[in-house]
Amino acid sequence: MSAPFRLATGGRIDRSKPLRFTFDGAAYTGFEGDTLASALIAGGVHLMGRSFKYHRPRGFLTAGPDEPNALVGVGASQDRYTPNLRAPVVELHDGLVAESQNRWPSLRFDAGAVNDLFSRFLPAGFYYKTFMWPKSFWKTVYEPKIRSMAGLGKAPTAPDADRYTQVYAHVDVLVVGAGPAGLAAALAAAESGRRVMLADEQPEVGGSLLHDVTATIEGRPAAAWVAETLAALEAKGVQVLTRTTAFGYYPHNMLGLLERVTDHYANPDPKLPRERLWQVRAGEVVLATGAIERPLVFPENDRPGILLADAARAYANRWAASVGKRVVIATACDSAYRTALDLKAHGIDVAVVADLRPMPIGPLVDAVRAAGIRVEAGTAVTGTRGRLRVRVAHLSRLDGRGGAHAPEPVACDALLMSGGWTPTVHLFSQSRGKLRFDEGLQAYVPSVSVEKERSAGGCNGVFDLAAVLADGYAAGESAARATRVRAPASRAFPVDGTHPVTGGHLGAVPHSRNPSAVKAFVDFQNDVTAKDLKLATREGLRSIEHVKRYTTTGMATDQGKTSNMNALGIVSEAIKAPIPQIGLTTFRAPYTPVTFGSFAGASRGDLFDPVRKTPSHSFAVEKGAPFENVGQWKRAWWYPRPGEDQHAAVRREVKAMRSSVGMFDASTLGKIEVVGPDAAAFMEMLYTNAWAKLGVGRCRYGVMLREDGFVMDDGVIGRLAADRFHVTTTTGGAPRVLNHMEDYLQTEFPHLAVWLTSITEQWAVTAVQGPKARDVIAALVEGVDLSDAALPHMSVVECRVCGVPARLFRVSFTGELGYEINVPADHGAAVWQAVYEAGQAYGITPYGTEAMHVARAEKGYIIVGQETDGTAGPDDVGLGWAIGKAKPDFVGKRALARPAMGAADRKQLVGLLTEDPATVLEEGAQIVADPVFEVPARMIGHVTSAYESPTLDRSIALAMVKGGRARMGETIYIPMPDRVIAAKVVAPVFYDQEGARLNG
Amino acid sequence: MADIALKEPALRRSVFDGLPLASKAAAACALEPLPPATRLAVRGRPGVAEAAAAALGFPLPTGVCQSAEGGGRAAFWLGPDEWLVIAPEAEAATLAPTLEQALAGVPHAIVDVSHRNVALTVSGPRAAYVLNHGCPRDLSLSAFPVGTVSRTILGKVEVVLWRTGPESFRLECWRTFAEWVVGFLNEARREFE
Repeated sequence: MSAPFRLATGGRIDRSKPLRFTFDGAAYTGFEGDTLASALIAGGVHLMGRSFKYHRPRGFLTAGPDEPNALVGVGASQDRYTPNLRAPVVELHDGLVAESQNRWPSLRFDAGAVNDLFSRFLPAGFYYKTFMWPKSFWKTVYEPKIRSMAGLGKAPTAPDADRYTQVYAHVDVLVVGAGPAGLAAALAAAESGRRVMLADEQPEVGGSLLHDVTATIEGRPAAAWVAETLAALEAKGVQVLTRTTAFGYYPHNMLGLLERVTDHYANPDPKLPRERLWQVRAGEVVLATGAIERPLVFPENDRPGILLADAARAYANRWAASVGKRVVIATACDSAYRTALDLKAHGIDVAVVADLRPMPIGPLVDAVRAAGIRVEAGTAVTGTRGRLRVRVAHLSRLDGRGGAHAPEPVACDALLMSGGWTPTVHLFSQSRGKLRFDEGLQAYVPSVSVEKERSAGGCNGVFDLAAVLADGYAAGESAARATRVRAPASRAFPVDGTHPVTGGHLGAVPHSRNPSAVKAFVDFQNDVTAKDLKLATREGLRSIEHVKRYTTTGMATDQGKTSNMNALGIVSEAIKAPIPQIGLTTFRAPYTPVTFGSFAGASRGDLFDPVRKTPSHSFAVEKGAPFENVGQWKRAWWYPRPGEDQHAAVRREVKAMRSSVGMFDASTLGKIEVVGPDAAAFMEMLYTNAWAKLGVGRCRYGVMLREDGFVMDDGVIGRLAADRFHVTTTTGGAPRVLNHMEDYLQTEFPHLAVWLTSITEQWAVTAVQGPKARDVIAALVEGVDLSDAALPHMSVVECRVCGVPARLFRVSFTGELGYEINVPADHGAAVWQAVYEAGQAYGITPYGTEAMHVARAEKGYIIVGQETDGTAGPDDVGLGWAIGKAKPDFVGKRALARPAMGAADRKQLVGLLTEDPATVLEEGAQIVADPVFEVPARMIGHVTSAYESPTLDRSIALAMVKGGRARMGETIYIPMPDRVIAAKVVAPVFYDQEGARLNG
Repeated sequence: MADIALKEPALRRSVFDGLPLASKAAAACALEPLPPATRLAVRGRPGVAEAAAAALGFPLPTGVCQSAEGGGRAAFWLGPDEWLVIAPEAEAATLAPTLEQALAGVPHAIVDVSHRNVALTVSGPRAAYVLNHGCPRDLSLSAFPVGTVSRTILGKVEVVLWRTGPESFRLECWRTFAEWVVGFLNEARREFE
């Protein structure tokens, strides 16, 4: 398609490189250097989308990231689709596919536009007022309907095909923004020889200088000065990041920067990430973020073809795209006169400049008049016409009493407006810096810094180019000096071809039309009008924070970049209070929207979280074992034989282990080595048991309490030497237990000479359990008498197994004769294999965590976190015997003395046998005393573990039941959705109550 | 059959076996596994640092994030009373007893963590940049000169990072995290392939 609005000459586009793209299925051509917005404008397209609430046709408002209207979805496929991109910052590439949003069935005819006709029924606070009743409708009817009607872009349906990386960087000086102020600041900072980073969101540095075709700096055209300055900065080693938005300012000078690495390529290099998230820690920061032009709030100011004046200038000068053939300019600020001059120079008809000010004066005004352009002072736009594009502007002379005279219709195809400039103080404000309202500028400007930063140029309320450059250089110099390096002197930049800019307007433009019948938009993205804001004040809202939430002004994705100050002006006038008294809403990160992908970074797929595998993991893989996730660990769940399901495999594993011998990978158990002269004294404090008299080479089952007296962890602990304990913890509890120990050691017992070291990963652990366990390991163990007398149950010996150093424990979590062979982890796989081979003669059976759980439940051994839930004391779970009654103190002892801890009706650990032995209870099921009950029933406990016991050949369960130990023999009931199950309360040890099997 | 196992000490298996360490990005940032080593976690009361010299040949470093080296051994300062000592694998059986003897007069704790940690070299002109994808420390030569060692993080994993040259680092992590570390570094250096 042709580009009727492409100017014949000029612009920073490369006309030798045409690019094809589509918008809503129609084909267009642009050039390298174009944005989606500039290419569409050159193609005569202004209708870009439908507004959020009223579905009004909308076009471009701006030429930058402040764009509220022209939001598009970009991407040829769902896996590379991004919604809600602002067309003025989407760089064109060949083959780009874009579509408009929030319209149905089409952009030109949108059914949702009926909202515009019924707008009097959709006032501010409409949702709060209307959808309150009936309450149950909110979730089922209102919210889903509103969500489908509102919302802008659609989230892509396919997983993101792109990669995103994140990287930390440290610099001495970070300069944010590479317009004139930022470039000058970087020049000054670079003189210091320190590490300087300069970041700018645009594809090239230069900022406003990129569309300034008249200014010269140091005798050179602005664009040439930019190029030379960039070369100078790079020669000095400044890291220049383009396409990089500083979106967040966090404490201690940490800034978040998003670099768009490949979006501008038609065929991106797959090695490159789509985006790179920089987390920059800066010694000093210079904010040179510029300023944002404000719209004028006049009736029907939102039609396609109505743009900000400086945006139109940028489209013409930088992208050689004309916003129209005949334009009307409405302004309250001198800067729009630059637009008038530049557009006229491009041969565009400027019908009239209507200035709100009664007597605009100055060199720019004179120049416009001298160019033969009609200037009307004290004149406002009071209305516009044109359905899908503006075609008439109504100009009315203001009557000086808050109204306007009869309008003069002026035909135009573009209406440009300027209400003055708002310093971009977002990052400064995010850094918790304090703003002050400058009466002269009628703007908030940075006042008191909190972080090590300073603002320069437009964001500092400095607008004259020479002053901007000097301000930037001074800021860069001050930043470099603050890093304690000798800094250069200040520098003046002789500037020509530019004029100072004054003027501006906050609030709504006066008119004499029926205020209830017109819409003068303040927040274009959220469809908030001047009328809405006035309604909010009439309904009693005074604080700008309340007005904001009630009307949603400034709450869209553009965060009110173009609207906040006008909203303040309107509220100020409505409640007759000066702007500083009304305050300002909070600026929050991100400055512009940031992709989820960049926040996720590498944390997806295999890298989402570390997966911890034991040394014998591959054995389990070869045997086809499914794995259970325990924390980050993968644990073999069971080892199926061909044709076996879980049930059959677990049953076989338990039976084999009890009848002959089984082997189990216990490597994941947490292990802590507690070493030092005061090791025993420390253990006395951290565990309920007595340790001082535990002999070297002996083990004890230890119970750890929190200071509230509830069970925190448990495990077998071996004493290797007078000053050395090998502590085991639950798999999931290892980090928590070490932290708990370290916490007490450092804060409560720093006088104890003892140190804690995690050895979980040092040792691979093969548990060998069953009556034949001793026979299996006998040939592998060197120089150790394995007899009951020499190495009884609950003992440990350091020795060699399979020729490598080992810690051999005689322990059991199954109730059978058992050993746990600890070897250095690199040897773990080989020792596991050796045990497996040595056990073949006895039919050794590897068993997984499920069989382990079943076997321990048959013995009534608790699992912390399964039987306990953080409210179980040691006596509640039958561990009263593990409390050292004679000990003067231990963590939790005082809490155990509370009478409630000994109350008879506490939940206590019991066993349950269902009346029907084939019925396996559900873990977590609630228990009641009476099978006939009314809902809500009085619950007396819950099932904590339930299995089919292969050993007993019937179902078993463990439960926590109120006063459980006094209920032995009673029948209790477990209500399920379809029936009530009866079970008998029994002792929690189902098998080998006397413990004879521990000795084989 | 069991007797065979006794005669031939159980083979070591490195966690790096089978991990994708080779890369076209190696010119910018190379990953190489380091051989097994003797590693001791050393803790203790003041006096430990000097006393250790009798066993190590040099005192334990006492400056923050400092390392000391000599005779094929290295010691890393990890905290005010905490060091990691690394020595050749051949000293696995001898170093701990020797050090115990040297520290006998000062309350201390020595724990063998030879197999808990594994190490790889991360080297090349872009090594620091690649590491900075997960490590928030300033790895410039001025802030992190050769010899600096830090217990820090790489993404979701705790690591000990020791700068052995202007463009090379020794990275120690717990063994089960090695696979994740290699995957993470591969992802970070992919742009240099």
